[in-house]
This record gives sequence, structure tokens and C-alpha cells, in this order.
Amino acid sequence: MKNVLLFFTAVLMAYSTYAQNIEVCSTCAISTLKKGISVAKDYDTILVKKGTYKEHNILVDKPLTIIGESYPVIDGELKGEVITIIADNVTVDGLFIINVGTSYTEDYAAIRVRKSKNFIIQNVVLEKLFFGIYLEKSRDGKVFHNKIIGDAVEEYNSGNGIQLWYSKNIVIEHNFVQHVRDGIYLEFSDDCLIKNNVSAENLRYGLHFMFSNDDIYEDNTFEKNGAGVAVMFSKKIKMLNNTFKENWGTASYGMLLKEINDAEIIGNTFEENTIGINIEGSNRIVYKNNNFINNGWAIKVRGACYTNSFIENNFLYNSFDISYNSKVNDNVFNKNYWTNYTGYDLDKDGIGDVPYRPVKLFSYIVNRTPETIILLRSLFIDIIDFSEKVSPIFTPNNLLDNNPLTKRITW
Amino acid sequence: MLKILKYSFFDLMRSRWSYVYFAFYLLLGIVLLFLNNDLSKAIITLMNVIIMLVPLIGTIFGVMYYYNSKEFTELLLAQPLKRSSIFLGQYLGVAISLSMSLILGLGIPFIVYGLFKSNAIWDFSLLLITGTFLTLIFTALAFNIALTNENKIKGFGYAILLWLFLAIIYDGLFLMSLILFEDYPLDKLSLIGTMLNPIDLSRTLILLKLDISALLGYTGAVFKKFFGTNFGLIISFIMLTVWVVLPVLRIIFKSKKKDF
Repeated sequence: MKNVLLFFTAVLMAYSTYAQNIEVCSTCAISTLKKGISVAKDYDTILVKKGTYKEHNILVDKPLTIIGESYPVIDGELKGEVITIIADNVTVDGLFIINVGTSYTEDYAAIRVRKSKNFIIQNVVLEKLFFGIYLEKSRDGKVFHNKIIGDAVEEYNSGNGIQLWYSKNIVIEHNFVQHVRDGIYLEFSDDCLIKNNVSAENLRYGLHFMFSNDDIYEDNTFEKNGAGVAVMFSKKIKMLNNTFKENWGTASYGMLLKEINDAEIIGNTFEENTIGINIEGSNRIVYKNNNFINNGWAIKVRGACYTNSFIENNFLYNSFDISYNSKVNDNVFNKNYWTNYTGYDLDKDGIGDVPYRPVKLFSYIVNRTPETIILLRSLFIDIIDFSEKVSPIFTPNNLLDNNPLTKRITW
Repeated sequence: MLKILKYSFFDLMRSRWSYVYFAFYLLLGIVLLFLNNDLSKAIITLMNVIIMLVPLIGTIFGVMYYYNSKEFTELLLAQPLKRSSIFLGQYLGVAISLSMSLILGLGIPFIVYGLFKSNAIWDFSLLLITGTFLTLIFTALAFNIALTNENKIKGFGYAILLWLFLAIIYDGLFLMSLILFEDYPLDKLSLIGTMLNPIDLSRTLILLKLDISALLGYTGAVFKKFFGTNFGLIISFIMLTVWVVLPVLRIIFKSKKKDF
């Protein structure tokens, strides 16, 4: 405790006695950001005035606060990386960075944080970029309220909006990412919080997890991406109250889960996606209170998925509710509301008296011969679906919702 | 022709069956809306009804009307009138009165419910347009059957068979052939197969609006072009028009040659 107090007094002292403002503007004595950094002392604040600064490879190697006044433009002139942070306690605020260089051998970023702690990157606008904000082996930082607008056309020569690599305990909040390869990409990054972001129209994924555990993402919106969110090879991830919308296409998903264990998917909305959630090799996941509205397939189960539970979700007007490609089922469906349910509720307890079979024979046929999708909603298909419902042969026998609700759930 | 059309139309307007048909749709619309409380769900249900029922009613009604008014037709034939105008007039009279029952019967409850304020209006109008097209097509087909068969019972039998074939059996054969040839590229075949059946065609037209997200799940350039753009909508409408024109031409052709 004493040490902490001492530390704080030391910091305060440092600020009050030594920290000073350095102004950078095109007509000042210090006319470049690079020069500003070189003359600054630790914990100084650099004030960048409005203007255009043609600079790249700016190395921030001491704890500084860099603040842009009414969005000064830092133009990288497509020559390489723009800002690289290698010191702890750096704050970057209010810059407008454009023209990051593209390379096929190096991942040039607009702002890269390398092996640093306690950084804050906020109110930054990035345009014409390769990689946006790249956090590398860093921890305890915050990426807040940035706007990243790329112009990616092809996957192989474009970068990600916000990329985390071996980073821990990072908060990514209120960012707006558009038109890049992956909106937000986490690789080997644990204990991160991703909140209130909007990731739209990206080439590949809105949000992409690889080998990252114990992360939480909530209240984000993923719209019109190649695929909304891909969560792969990760454990204990919490996905709460996100919205996945209009991810259309042959390989488009609201959410793609691959090799995910012990996750929680609660309170999300999946609307008008070709496939709401695509699940592969994922176990012990709880799906609760999600809305699946107007999707082609609400949930597509590809195989090797065990002990998942789907409880109290709303399945509204999906072309197919659930699709399975095997006859084995070890997942639990209980107390969901299905608009396709045709049973009755005689005792009026809000629970249908006849179990609901969410997997239709037709979804099995479409899995086998995709062209047959053109017969969707035909009377003949309804007849064979009905006969399959009466005596299941092709679809898992025990895949039932024993307590289908008769009214839409609100929470 | 217009005089005969007018006569047929008002004759049908006075008939009990038009009212029954109209009342049926009215009731269906009201029940669906006021029990469901959901416009888009009601439209999906209506789609199923329209695609099955409109062709059935169209064929049966068309055949029935032709046989019932046969004596009057023969009387007309004795007058100096063009044969094509007699039969076309009758055909249009039946088709228009049926379409009117459909449009009014479904339209009134939906308008009362507040269709104009909801965004389902396009889906709904598409539904009515396809319903009208189906009426025109199947009444024309029914007239064709009736013109070719003097025997009433045979005519009715063929009419029901036609409906059964196009509504159910065709899809079954279609599905079987798709599964049988699944090793080959099938996207063109499946689209052509749809075009050849007016019921399937109208179903696809409505799918384009309701299930577009599922339809785009299939990998295939032709499919993608068809469903992903307005191309599909335009082609479908053209094909529906062709489906009206061909049977009508045959009515004219057949009626000119027929002995009475």
C-alpha cells in the first residue's frame, strides 16, 4: 500500500513538475511529429495542430500523450508503417491517418503497438489503410471510439481493421470498422472485451477469433460482412447481445463456430443471414434467449457437436430452423418458440402439448442436393416433410423440443 | 367480344359461386389477420393457399362454365359473330370475375387491417399479381380442355388431373430427377424445370421475396444471377405472360376449327 501511494505521488510529481506541452504545427519550430517526439521528455504531451504531415515510420519510444487538434492528417504516402509504439503508457488521440503502405511480406499498420502496456488509442480516423490498429504482444490497453474505413477489394492484398496478436486484457470499445478484410481479428489474445463496435461490409469476417480464450464480446453490430463473426479454436468465450445482420452469400454466416468449447451465446439477434449460426466441432455451448429472424438456416449443425443446449430462443420465420447432417444427436432443445410449430396447447400453460421437430426432411435433401432448394415451400415438399415428422427415418429421432412455447419469448 | 365479355362477366357476377368464392377469401383474410396479428406471417400462409387453391378453382370453374353455357354458345355461334371473339369473351369474363373475387376478397381485410402503413405492401401486391396470373393461366387451360373434350365427365377428370399434376406430381418428379442426376451441374436444369410449370413459377416469384437469404445459400453462378438480381423477377413475369398467351392462342385456334 505504501509503495502504491509512493508511486502515485511520484507520478503526480512527475506530471506537475516535468510534463509539458509540445506543440507541433507546420509553421512552428517543431514542424513534424517525429521531431516532436525526439525533443519530448517522458510523460510529455504533444499537441498536433491541424494540417497535413507527410510522415511515416514514426517511432514512439517513450511514454507520451499525442493529441491531435481537429484531426490533423498524417499521410503515410503509401511508404510503410505510420506510427509504431514501443513504450508503455502511450496515448494517441484524435489523429487522421491515411495512406498506409501495402506489402506482401510485412504487415504495415497505421498504428502498431509492440510489447507495450497501458496504452490508449482513441478518436483516431484511419483511411486508405493496409492494417489499421495492430496490437502485438501488448497488454492492458484500450482501443476506444475509432473509425476505420478501408477500401479492400481482394482478401489476399488487404489487411485487418483492428488486429490483436498475443495481446492480453485489451478493451475494444465503440469502434466503427468498414471495408477491410477482417473488421476485428484476435489471435492468441485472451481476456479481451469487445463492446459496442460496428463492423460492416468487410470482405471476410466482421470479427475473427483464433486461439483466443476467455474473451467477451457484447452489444456489437455485424452487418453485411462476408461472414459476421468467425470464432475458431477458442475456449470460454462469451457472446452477448450482439446483432448479426444481412450476411448473404454462399459461404456467409451470421456466426461461424469451429472448435469452440464452453462458450455462452446469449441475447443475440440473427437477422436475414443465409445461415444464422454454422456450428462445427463445438461442445458444451449454451444458446439462450437469442432471436433468429428471417434467416435461410437459423442453425446449421455440421457434425461433432455434443452437449450443446438451445434454451428459450425465438425462431421466427426462418426458411429452415435447424439443419443436421448426421443422425446422431446429443444436443438439447428446450422451451424455444418456433413460428413453424403447428401443435396445440390444451391446458393453456404456454407450452405446446406436442413436441416439435425442428429438423425437416427437406433440409436433409437440400444438404445432399443443393439445387433442390428451388422446391422450397412446394406442396409436395410439405407432404414429405409431414410424413417424416410422423415417423422420422432420415433425421435424428431424438431431436425434439419437448416443451415448445406457444408465444414469443420476451426478456 | 366486349359485349360477350360483359355478358359473361355479369352473368357470373350474379351467380352464387362467385359470391361463395369471394366470401371464402374474405373470411380467410379476416381469420388469418385477426387471429395471427402478423402481416408477414399471414402473407406466407396466404401464399400457400393461393398457389394451391387459385389454380384448382380456376380449372374447375372454367370447365364448369364452359359446359354450362354450351347451349348459349351454340346459339351465339348461329349469329354473325367471330368465333374467336365469342370464346375469348367468355374466357375473359370468367377469368376477370374470378380475379376480382380474389383481389377484393383478400384486399379488403388487408386494407382494413392497415396494409398501406406496413412495409408488407409489396409482398402483398406481388401475391395478388401472381394470383391473377394463375387465374388467367388456369382458366385458359380449362377452356382448352373443355374445347377438346365433348364429354363432360372426361373434361372434369382431365381438369382435376391437370391441377394434380402441376401442383403436386410435377414437383415430385422434379425432385426425383434432381436427386437422380445430382452428380451433374443442375442449376440450369432446375431453373428450366421451374419455368415449365406455372405453379412452380409463381412459387419461385414469391420465394424471391420471402426466402431470398436461403436461396442465396446455394453455390451456382446461374442461380446467383437469377435470384440475386432483378433478372429473376423479370424472367418470371415474362414466363408467366407466355403461359397466359400460349393457351389463349390455342383457344382461338381450336375454336376456329371445331365442329359444333
